[in-house]
Amino acid sequence: MSHSALDSGKAAEGSKPPANPEPDGPTQAPPIRKRRRSFLPYGLIAPAAILELLIHIGPMLLGVWIAFISLTQLNLTNWLNAPFVGLQNFINGLNPESTIGQAFFSTVGRTLLYTILVVGFSWVLGMAGAVFLSSNFKGRALLRTFFLVPYALPAYVGTIAWAFMFNQRDGAVNQILVDTLHLFGDHRPFWLLGENSFGAMVVVNVWQLWPFAFLMLMAALQNVPNDVYEAAAIDGATLWQQFRTITLPMVRPANGVLLMVMSLWTFNQFNIPFVLFGATSPKEATLISPLIYQNSFGSWNFGLGGAMSVLLLIALFIASVFYIRMVLPKGADND
Amino acid sequence: MKNPLKVLSAFAATAALALSMSGCGGGDTPQASSDTITYWASDQGNSLDDTAAKLKPSLDRFTEKTGVKVKLEVIGWTDLYNRILTAVTSGDGPDVLNIGNTWAVTLQETGAFEPVEGELLNAVGGKDRFLQTSWSTGGAEGKTPTSIPLYGLAYNLYYNTKMFKEAGIEKAPVTWEEFVADAKKLTKDTDGDGKPDQWGFTAAGASVSANSHQAFVRGLQNGGTLFDKDGKPTFDSDPQVQGVKQFVDLMAVDKVMSPSDAELSQGSQKVDNLINGKAAMMFDQSPLKNFAARDFKDWGVAAIPMMTADATGDRATQSHVAGINLSVFKNSKNKANAIKLAAFLTSDEEQVALNKAYSSLPVVSAASKDAAFQTEEVKAKNEALSNHSKPMPLIAKEGQMETLTGTAIKNLFAKAATGTVSEDDIKAALKDANNQMAAAQ
Repeated sequence: MSHSALDSGKAAEGSKPPANPEPDGPTQAPPIRKRRRSFLPYGLIAPAAILELLIHIGPMLLGVWIAFISLTQLNLTNWLNAPFVGLQNFINGLNPESTIGQAFFSTVGRTLLYTILVVGFSWVLGMAGAVFLSSNFKGRALLRTFFLVPYALPAYVGTIAWAFMFNQRDGAVNQILVDTLHLFGDHRPFWLLGENSFGAMVVVNVWQLWPFAFLMLMAALQNVPNDVYEAAAIDGATLWQQFRTITLPMVRPANGVLLMVMSLWTFNQFNIPFVLFGATSPKEATLISPLIYQNSFGSWNFGLGGAMSVLLLIALFIASVFYIRMVLPKGADND
Repeated sequence: MKNPLKVLSAFAATAALALSMSGCGGGDTPQASSDTITYWASDQGNSLDDTAAKLKPSLDRFTEKTGVKVKLEVIGWTDLYNRILTAVTSGDGPDVLNIGNTWAVTLQETGAFEPVEGELLNAVGGKDRFLQTSWSTGGAEGKTPTSIPLYGLAYNLYYNTKMFKEAGIEKAPVTWEEFVADAKKLTKDTDGDGKPDQWGFTAAGASVSANSHQAFVRGLQNGGTLFDKDGKPTFDSDPQVQGVKQFVDLMAVDKVMSPSDAELSQGSQKVDNLINGKAAMMFDQSPLKNFAARDFKDWGVAAIPMMTADATGDRATQSHVAGINLSVFKNSKNKANAIKLAAFLTSDEEQVALNKAYSSLPVVSAASKDAAFQTEEVKAKNEALSNHSKPMPLIAKEGQMETLTGTAIKNLFAKAATGTVSEDDIKAALKDANNQMAAAQ
């Protein structure tokens, strides 16, 4: 890039008239100013680029390196000397015949389902809330604040509260469902054990995530001109038709980014299962990030944890690139 | 230019999100100044606050004596192991910390702790001051230990005497068969709704470490071991499966344990069950501080039941050599003061004060002769520790073994609470744990 700056300088020099009536005049200045200007953007971006390198790229490359070595507690404090094992960690993680490989594949499938459910429910609720609050009515501001409470609450606090509510013996969920509504007869279901634990985790995540969707979609809806709806109404369009043909296309760019970000967050979800279930999740509710944590910190097999992290990173990277190129509207990055 | 930028931004976003999960834990270790050291203490009281309150007079005396202030953090059992691992991994830990003594060899292998030799060994008065069973838990056999015993513990059977009396049980069970029979007598429907609301036995079914202790003890009682002579894991051997089955059957088959116990992760929750009359018996290491705090007097103590009353050798195991050790972090910038704290907490006077406060056993011979430790409960604990305990396998991967066997049992209890558990389920769960252990070795 600096090459082009020099070229432009030469070009400016080349265009100088042979006889200059004012030798100290402005004709000398442009090459220097242009050169300065051409370096300025790089100078401005340098601090951010260095920080990005230190904070994200560096640790990520370190993580990739860990995937290729046998890192355990025996060499943890001297990890530079950990033996290189090539693809062995990947082979262990991906072998469908082994306990570890089976756990990995079933967990990836479960995490995908989890992501679809959480993002789906969060989007539907967020969109419904945003559309509902886009019309003017008394108490709108209060409701808007109320909807945002789960998002404003620290994630750990909210999840711990849910863990208490889901407690089988004394939790509020069973108090309401069993003691008050008598929904399960004599049976008091466990919400944090067995198959129900997956559903409980979905509920907590949707509760935490949907206000974000609501916030983003509400902001996007502000940009939809009201006269478009008015014109549609005059033409006899039903509310559903207005939503389908006006609202959805108009918020498409925001939706594209929103769904991608929510999917990445949810696929990587760690905090909710860790707070709800502790260091080891029930089998039925183990997601990929907690599985990587268990392999790394429970079994002290950091190489295997690193290999699974790299696989996760590659999968998410491919999915993101595909999504950005194929799904996001072409003009989205210009908006 | 657009496409590379898109790709780059997607890559950066993905990398940031994928790596954000590695940011959990750690990073909040207070920076100590030269006259302040940090100390991570394990939860030995009724609660984190209670532990801190009981430790404070000792630490005040230390500050008075040496001028060194101690920044204390008490960490619950469910978090302690992970917190230590995070500190070891990052190299950013406290100056002095507590470890469960069963983790000593695993943590020793990290090289993150100061070896107990030279200045540190001299400061604590040499190894001969300590009870040798406790001292032996400081690290692997034949290696310089990296932890010093602090509190001694052992499992015993604690029971609610009032409930025993009501059920017409005159003495504590000695054999496993008697124990299950008594537990059945003590499991009752007291409010007539057709469901039991008083249970014979209670345990923290979601406590990974407590479950692994039972896998160890019950396995030995049945003639099994967690590892064979070559060091290969044998979690799924027949005697091990049998031992774990006995423990899980208390909920799954014998129905003497509340399904709700599958959700308990803290030992204090089962103590509550005993005090509140929700359950009559439990295995515990030191519940007396909880009993005293709640002014609960209707308790009795006995040995953990064995398969036969006259069992000998490994089959007579009732507890692992339990206890808390203390380590000095190698990265400590205040090593001299850290060593002073280690010496102070293991001094005769503080051993008496602290073990009295926490109802644990002193680990130095002089302190154990104090009148405070001549009670029936302490004698029972001493008997278990001296004559019926074995150290958990002293191997580098002990921590992983605890996690894997403890989690397998936690999942089996969850299965029992929500459905049924067959012998095949138990075998499969232990086989999974065994395979993962083998892969980690």
